[in-house]
Amino acid sequence: MTAGFLFASAFIASAVEMVEALTIVLASGITRGWRSSLAGLGAATVALAAIVGALGPTLTLIPLSALRLLVGALLLAFGLQWLRKAILRASGYKPLHDEAAIFARELAEAKTAAHEERAGLDWYGFTLSFKGVLLEGLEVAFIVITFGSSGKNVGLAAGAAGAALVLVATVGVLVRAPLARVPENTMKFAVGAMLTTFGIFWATEGAGGSWPGEDAALPVVLAFVVALSFTSVALLRRRRLSLATA
Amino acid sequence: MKKIAAFGRFWWNFVVGDDWRAALGVVLGIGITAAIAAAHVAAWWFLPLAVAVVLALSLRRETGAQGRS
Repeated sequence: MTAGFLFASAFIASAVEMVEALTIVLASGITRGWRSSLAGLGAATVALAAIVGALGPTLTLIPLSALRLLVGALLLAFGLQWLRKAILRASGYKPLHDEAAIFARELAEAKTAAHEERAGLDWYGFTLSFKGVLLEGLEVAFIVITFGSSGKNVGLAAGAAGAALVLVATVGVLVRAPLARVPENTMKFAVGAMLTTFGIFWATEGAGGSWPGEDAALPVVLAFVVALSFTSVALLRRRRLSLATA
Repeated sequence: MKKIAAFGRFWWNFVVGDDWRAALGVVLGIGITAAIAAAHVAAWWFLPLAVAVVLALSLRRETGAQGRS
């Protein structure tokens, strides 16, 4: 059961970040040339692999309870950020994340940027693609390493991220356009709920607590977090409407 | 020096985000859970409750600030 949750969380979280990275790579490729954009993508992938390669084995040396405490705290801090944004978007307090609008903005900025050639590459295109992939990829790496090491299954988490990469890259190559139809806010909501759930579960265990029913408590915690989120959205929507009509 | 500051800022934004009080609430919640567990009392119920309070306060701060602006 935990393995299923772990795979689903790592897959959805990775897919969301990869959709954002794809938008930046496409904007860079279309305006500044595919060579520089793909070189940036490749360099960022190598940098990410080095980070995961260095951190992954180090984390497995930490005792499991200390690791779960650290990872639980990080996931909770991280998950609450995602959940908070998703709740504010769903209740209308923040605008929805719009990949098409972001793509248009990136295109306009990339078109007007000055041309500077370094090592035979358009430097703006290279750095735009490199930074976008590295920053979005770091979140994927963080999720894969923390989920994988705490769940004692780095391979499964990495496999989920790999499956998400194959899916997003295939669709990206086929459509060559930002994946605006991906229900990104719904996915972010799901990821925020899962990160928060794992954070609560592992931090409690790491702090010395134990769950009634052990792993069977995980879906109950998830149901609690989802109910909490939906209640928050409903209350905030009602509040916003009452303020608008007042 | 600027690069070190930028590196620190990146990690702060990455982990803590735009509401440091929520991150502090998480740390306090985990600390209290550890204290309850150390007293050999069931501690599993505390963190979900703490998360509900931290999230509610964080949302209230954000929407309250928007309502006033």
